[in-house]
Amino acid sequence: MLALHLDPVLASLFSLIAISALVLAFVMLGSRWLKDYMLAFAAQSWLIAILSALVGYAGGYAELYFVAALTALFRGLVLPLMLLWVLNRLHVNRELHEIVRPSTALVMGAALVIFAVVVAYRIGHGVGIETRVVILALTVMLSIKLIGFLMLAIRREAISSVLGVLLLENGVFLGSQILVPGMPLMIELVLLFDLLVAVTCFAVLVRYLLSAVGATGSQALQKLAG
Amino acid sequence: MGTHALILLLLGAPLLAVLWSLLVRRLAGWANLLAALVCLPASILLLIGAGRPRQFFDRLLYLDRLGAWVMLCTAAVYLLSSLFALDCMRHGEDTRRLPHFYALFALFAWTMFAAPMANMIGVYWIGIELTTLVSTFLVGYERSAESMEAAWKYIIIVSGGISIALLGTVLLYWGGTFVLGPTYTLDWSTLDAIAPRMPAVLLQVGFLLSLVGYGVKVGLAPMHTWLPDAHSEAPAPVSAMLSGALLNCAMLGIVRFLAATDTAGHGAWPHRVLIALGAASLVVGALFILRQRGVKRLMAYSSVEHMGVVALGFGFGGALGVFGALYHMLNHSLNKTALFIGAGSAVRRFGSHDMQCMGDLPAAMPGFAWLWLAAAVAITGAPPFGLFRSELSVLMAGWQRPGTRWVAVLFLLLLIVIFAGLLDHFRAMFTRPAPAAPAGPLPGVLSGLPLALAVAALLLFGLWWPPLFTHWFGQIAHALGAAV
Repeated sequence: MLALHLDPVLASLFSLIAISALVLAFVMLGSRWLKDYMLAFAAQSWLIAILSALVGYAGGYAELYFVAALTALFRGLVLPLMLLWVLNRLHVNRELHEIVRPSTALVMGAALVIFAVVVAYRIGHGVGIETRVVILALTVMLSIKLIGFLMLAIRREAISSVLGVLLLENGVFLGSQILVPGMPLMIELVLLFDLLVAVTCFAVLVRYLLSAVGATGSQALQKLAG
Repeated sequence: MGTHALILLLLGAPLLAVLWSLLVRRLAGWANLLAALVCLPASILLLIGAGRPRQFFDRLLYLDRLGAWVMLCTAAVYLLSSLFALDCMRHGEDTRRLPHFYALFALFAWTMFAAPMANMIGVYWIGIELTTLVSTFLVGYERSAESMEAAWKYIIIVSGGISIALLGTVLLYWGGTFVLGPTYTLDWSTLDAIAPRMPAVLLQVGFLLSLVGYGVKVGLAPMHTWLPDAHSEAPAPVSAMLSGALLNCAMLGIVRFLAATDTAGHGAWPHRVLIALGAASLVVGALFILRQRGVKRLMAYSSVEHMGVVALGFGFGGALGVFGALYHMLNHSLNKTALFIGAGSAVRRFGSHDMQCMGDLPAAMPGFAWLWLAAAVAITGAPPFGLFRSELSVLMAGWQRPGTRWVAVLFLLLLIVIFAGLLDHFRAMFTRPAPAAPAGPLPGVLSGLPLALAVAALLLFGLWWPPLFTHWFGQIAHALGAAV
């Protein structure tokens, strides 16, 4: 597999990108401004696009350039712009009712990363590959996933929930580029398409939420219980 | 007719109904019904013709008996709820949006035919995600504050959950690269073939993540939280489709992953995990059924319970378990459709979701109420209805499997609790005087007909287990690796 025969420069680049993506996830976790989330998400998507292109170059997978372009276009540009549009329409710019303070959230995120490292080592050991890039890819994939769920749990603005779900998938994208660069092109394409549809859904729903429920936070959503 | 033609028919008819509803806009409900009328015989013929698993259309589609069985359940629910929709949706405030409703309805049915036939595991994942996207709009169709809340929770929880399954798929693909090299196509038959040779840890983690991910969609406790909200706030025909058809589609994936771990010889623990989730669903279902006030939420928690039964059946495994689980899928689909038809009609008649506002049902809905009661008796697993046979079969499978006898006892106890709890709600609704005179419309023929058909089918399946089913179940159980 590709990650086993990398030259050191590329391996370092991969690691740098993976770690930067993880740091950006922490930026999202530690801020209460919705625009910061969006910018961090956009930057993370660009990093993933660069990673796709690099993997495509290193492993000779021409279709990954295409995936890189699509990722940059959709996740790096279209999605953030759509979210910006929704943000401007809703007139919300910060998380108002946080359940956990950002500083506490950062500590919780750190604990999740430690858990992810442990799991990554266990998996790496079971597979019999313990090179740094593979462990790092697994760690980042799992931690971004866990941080996404943490964001879903502790944030209440509808936009934060949307970004949380998108963050969940960014983690998988990032890890899969390094671990399984050969996964068929069609899957990647439809995933991007699927994501676009999902966000359209979200945008519509946010608008409905405002008109029908009169609020954009999930604390207003407590009629259905039991 | 060839299998190719049947597949085209099954996938084409709902799409034509979508186009008709959007472009012509008149008679959209009847176009939808026509599509459903085509789909049911097509799915039956596909099931009869599906012998060995085969791939179609450039390896894009995959058809085996298990998938065909799930599609049969979907087609039956689609037909019954399309009939019901004609009566139910007529009374809405805004009839101009009806063509949109039927377009989404038919598209929802289409996604549930497409997902079980997806050959590649990634495409199956996309199919399940598509069912969520389409049905979100149906759940939020009524645009009330409650239905928007339900739709929002539905899409966030389910897309979050299903992304766990995506992670599982990536890990399984990675496992396959150790066998087949960096680039290959991960489809269901490939997964079965490479499972024994991929690193065990990846198969195990991949299975667990897929189980949790698709388990969210199946509504297995403790991942069931979206289900009562979505089922109770969607229009009643949609609730029937969500409960009777959609949950099976996601269960299909779990069963196929389970079969892969069996092939790889991972022993009993994947089964134990599934049994644990099934038992948890039964407990949660039973507890919430007891203290429920909303009539459609009552039906929704009953779905959690019955998906628990199906999970237990596949978890116990063996011929008995698989037979019971498969039979239960069909019985539950028919029964839950019947119950939602009754619940939807009662909600319209009394103008409230709250069971406290309903009373003296035999006078409020003459004739219709008794059919609904029959369906309620059937769902508790009482003889002479089909669910009695399928639950008995699952129970016996649990009793015979070493180490799970206590689960079977728990299962039996919970069934008794649910029997008492659910029928007590019905007793109250039948015997107490109505708090206010019902003012809504009476259920029409198009509500009564599907309800009667479903109850008749349940009675038939209770009195007579068709030998052809045994033959098919035997083949499915064999394909899943259970000793027959």
